[in-house]
Amino acid sequence: MSAELYQQAIKALAQAAHGAGRLPAASASAKLDNPLCGDRITLDVAVEDGKIIAIGHDTRGCLLCRAAASWLGQAAPGATRAQMAVAHAELLALLKQDALDTSAVRESLLPFSPVREHKSRHGCVLLPFQALEQALTDPQAG
Amino acid sequence: MSFDLQATRAEFPLLALAKPPLHYLDNAATSQIHQSALQAMADHDMFRRANIMRGTYRLAEAATTAYEEARARVARFLNAFTPNEVVFTSGATSALNLVAHSFGESLRSGDEVIVSLAEHHSNLVPWQLLRQRTGIILKFLPVTADGRIDATALAGLATSRCRLIAVTHCSNVTGAVTDIAAIVAAARSVGARVLVDGAQQVQHGPVDVQALGIDFYAFSGHKCYGPTGIGVLWARHALLDAMPPFLAGGGMVGEVTPEGSTFARPPQRFEAGTPPIAQAVGLGAALSWLTTLPWGDIRRHEQRLLQALLAGLARKPGVRILGPTDLEARHPVVSFDIAGLHPHDVCQVLDRHGVALRGGHHCAQPLMQHFGLDGANRASIALYNSLADIEALLDGLDDVIEVLR
Repeated sequence: MSAELYQQAIKALAQAAHGAGRLPAASASAKLDNPLCGDRITLDVAVEDGKIIAIGHDTRGCLLCRAAASWLGQAAPGATRAQMAVAHAELLALLKQDALDTSAVRESLLPFSPVREHKSRHGCVLLPFQALEQALTDPQAG
Repeated sequence: MSFDLQATRAEFPLLALAKPPLHYLDNAATSQIHQSALQAMADHDMFRRANIMRGTYRLAEAATTAYEEARARVARFLNAFTPNEVVFTSGATSALNLVAHSFGESLRSGDEVIVSLAEHHSNLVPWQLLRQRTGIILKFLPVTADGRIDATALAGLATSRCRLIAVTHCSNVTGAVTDIAAIVAAARSVGARVLVDGAQQVQHGPVDVQALGIDFYAFSGHKCYGPTGIGVLWARHALLDAMPPFLAGGGMVGEVTPEGSTFARPPQRFEAGTPPIAQAVGLGAALSWLTTLPWGDIRRHEQRLLQALLAGLARKPGVRILGPTDLEARHPVVSFDIAGLHPHDVCQVLDRHGVALRGGHHCAQPLMQHFGLDGANRASIALYNSLADIEALLDGLDDVIEVLR
């Protein structure tokens, strides 16, 4: 149901807008959009000694997309690329895996689980993660 | 004959069978299909299924007759001069691309095509691609503050190099109906042709291409209570006859030798391969049904719903209606923004109220940019909608605001 989709945890994340705004000294950036719905994100990442030290993003999208970008803004600083890849994989499993085992997904991602039932909205939640992945695969991002 | 809403709604199986009731307000994207179209397609494939134009056996002849009868029904719906001006396509998009390719082949670098900023991407991107291929100059008719195509601007825009003005008959975002007479007058003054995208017009009644005085008209079957996968390009026969083929294959040729081919006369020249035969028959049935309806009554019914919708939206906090807010020269398509709420979230919450509404840029990004938005919510009304549908939407919006804020 859409009420669960828009539970308080998701709305709070979107409202907090962690990491909102562009990074002045980014190691790499990625700009992605979802042509089907018009969600658009420009994401900057600053990497030092193999660790993400900061991310910034300009997100123009729905509440779910903004919540996902905010989740990254909170979780990514201090993490390695590999750790963020694991988070991305957990989100993918949460949304798409046939037999979902929620114990294999970190608690902070579980508010996104109602999105699982709304296939047309998967792209909204995944877009910021795809942008981070693309920025981190930029050779300049180290 | 007067319009009976309940009886008409019962003729749309999906709506009649929906439990709980479906408040379907996404008719600008796709209307529901009328039972006459469904029945005609089923009958065709059960009793007359064969390829057309080629076979000499009776079944093939029956299939060809049904397909050509569908063409004649389209011609009657459009008041075409002759059925030979009706080309079946897969939809309005393919009809518009056909013109951009085939008529476009006669254009040269420096020739001008004018489109408006209110066009669906289907009547914009094909011309951008033609610009890339041939070096035409693409000019844009501006829109007024409320999103109407500003035909008065043509005076300063159309030059002697203008070859075509291509505009929508009705905006898929604002519902505004274009002043085609003004477009035609401006085009004729410089010797240009006029193409009209009728995708949003045909669900609101028969069209008279002769009275409009235009050169090309395109529309889709699935937006006028017919099947998907079928559309129409109407064009004056002399124009079609002068145009080269777009797609090539069987059915569109005269003689083929290793050295080259001659081509059939229109409309067959533009119907390469096996066409969507059953869909054409279904479209013919839907249009025949449309031509029997009491359109004066239906327009009054649609306007009543439109008025209720506009008044209800105006009472909601933070709601901004895009486009005209009166009933003049428009159809019942209303886009609106709710401050701070993304259209996809709005439409998602409305779904739990059984309200089917579209949110997004509606394939009209330049018009969205004109309104300063990335997207909007759109309610589009068809003849089978009722006040209950409008009330469900307006009530649902209260819940939207509660859930999302």
